[in-house]
Amino acid sequence: MLKYLLKRFFWMIPLIIGISLISFFIMHLAPGDITTSEASFNPKASEESRQKLRELYSLDKPVIVQYGLWVKRMATLDFGTSFASHQRPVFWETKDKDGNITLGMIQEALPITLLINVLSLILIIAVALPLGVISALKQNQLADRGITLFVFIGFAIPGFWLALILMYWTGVQHAWLPISGLESMGHEHLTWFYRTIDTLKHLVLPVFISGLTGLAGISLFVRNGMLEVLHQDYITTARAKGLKENRVIYGHALRNALLPLITIFGLSIPGLIGGSVIAESIFAIPGMGKLFYDAVLMRDFPVIMGILTIGSVLTLIGNLLADLSYAWADPRVRRGVMQ
Amino acid sequence: MNKVLHNPLALIGFVIIAGILFMALIAPLIAPYDPDAINVKAILLSPSANHLMGTDGLGRDVFTRMLYGSRISLMVGFVAVGIATAIGIILGAIAGFYRGWVDTVIMRVVDVMLSIPTFFLILAVIAFLTPSIWNIMIVIGLTSWMGVTRLVRAEFLSLRNREFVLAAQALGAKDARLIFTHLLPNSLTPIIVSSILGIASAVLVESGLSFLGLGVQAPQASWGNILTDGKEYIQFAWWLSLFPGLAILITVLGYNLLGDGLRDAYNPRTSQH
Repeated sequence: MLKYLLKRFFWMIPLIIGISLISFFIMHLAPGDITTSEASFNPKASEESRQKLRELYSLDKPVIVQYGLWVKRMATLDFGTSFASHQRPVFWETKDKDGNITLGMIQEALPITLLINVLSLILIIAVALPLGVISALKQNQLADRGITLFVFIGFAIPGFWLALILMYWTGVQHAWLPISGLESMGHEHLTWFYRTIDTLKHLVLPVFISGLTGLAGISLFVRNGMLEVLHQDYITTARAKGLKENRVIYGHALRNALLPLITIFGLSIPGLIGGSVIAESIFAIPGMGKLFYDAVLMRDFPVIMGILTIGSVLTLIGNLLADLSYAWADPRVRRGVMQ
Repeated sequence: MNKVLHNPLALIGFVIIAGILFMALIAPLIAPYDPDAINVKAILLSPSANHLMGTDGLGRDVFTRMLYGSRISLMVGFVAVGIATAIGIILGAIAGFYRGWVDTVIMRVVDVMLSIPTFFLILAVIAFLTPSIWNIMIVIGLTSWMGVTRLVRAEFLSLRNREFVLAAQALGAKDARLIFTHLLPNSLTPIIVSSILGIASAVLVESGLSFLGLGVQAPQASWGNILTDGKEYIQFAWWLSLFPGLAILITVLGYNLLGDGLRDAYNPRTSQH
């Protein structure tokens, strides 16, 4: 197992190099040099900040040296400071000489996005699992068709459109739910209990919307996984030896059908992080998606590069965890790994 | 195809897509107005016989703009997925056919691309370039070829050593002939299914980009930017938000139903015995 862990860990190194190459290449996509394009797009950029930009990326040096220097800074997790928001550190807090701590932008935004994604994943599992199983057991019957249609509509609804409608309906017309940000006015004067309730209320709409979009993939996956497993010989064997149908389905079939879900969750991380852009910018939630969107509009290069890199590394870690849990859950994989 | 037509959901999907394609094709013939004609005397009119879907804040006819917008959505879907599928087939075929280090390199590149959050990547690229319909199609295409690559590679790996391929090879068929006349035609169904599902995602991504203001730029109409314009008026002009959203929903639903129906019909392991 340890050998597998190490091997799997070292696999990540070429991937990280590849990610850094792609991120670096994107920064150089801008016509001319990024300082001039920044100047033309962002009138607020002063000559001073442009000079800083040139220094930060060593734009006067050859490309290969630039890349080397950039990688060197990445390796120490130094993503520089933001241009748009008063030189705040992009990634993690810094202390100035008076001991004042300035929080990093990603440091603040990441937990919020993670919280929303974890909550919507829980919602997805709670709803998609039963739907998928029912769909498979009633294959091609009315229930199956109805569920398939429902999850597909959930997938096809443009999230921003639904968000807009729900915001208008629950927030403006009826004022049931808050529609923007994570905290109401006066949040800091509440006790921790009411503060939690307040934040949860703010999370209802965003979590619902990102959950609904993700429902289709998982529920269809469970359905098709169940159907495949139900056609396997060992299911026929289980039935032939007289096991109750419930036992066959929940004890034998479901357990095997669910295993690959672990991998699917790992693979869905980049989609979830990417999908946070629209929900967060509509609901004005200060997470990674909104941070990224604002950075894109301001052409705040250090923030863009920082989020691209951190987002990708998170995905790699997620995939690693998924693979490890798969190996842990499935003895066949575990033994294959050991050999 | 017969099997697909017996699946009611797939049939609905097929009808939806065919209908939208037809409307987009004949848009100039049936559009009652000029899509960009501003009419200050007809601002924010609600739906009526004259303006089936009302008018927008500049007095443009929404039905006409929806018709022309459908052309944009369809074009983005087809071109982006065309690019992705072409790249995917080429790389997947090379990886699956030649295996060895070429395969390893290609699959590592796929892994790298899969670990970068795609929507971030698209946004970043669009931010550095100028948002235009061509840039959007190319960027969506260049960031969504990984699935097809994996698929084609897997098909090729499983077909590579089958008798009919080995027989053709023994008869002296060249690599290109093996790939294009033996392996590729036998891998076509999953490729078509994944392309159809890919079009659905591309349509959603384009409308999302347009909604964020980084997509198709005014005055060119797209469903996403009609909706973006409409959100300013949501309190007193519901039609500006309702119709484009519904159009996106129905189109994406159509592609998904069709794609999923096809997959179900041709997958022997999940289809009913």
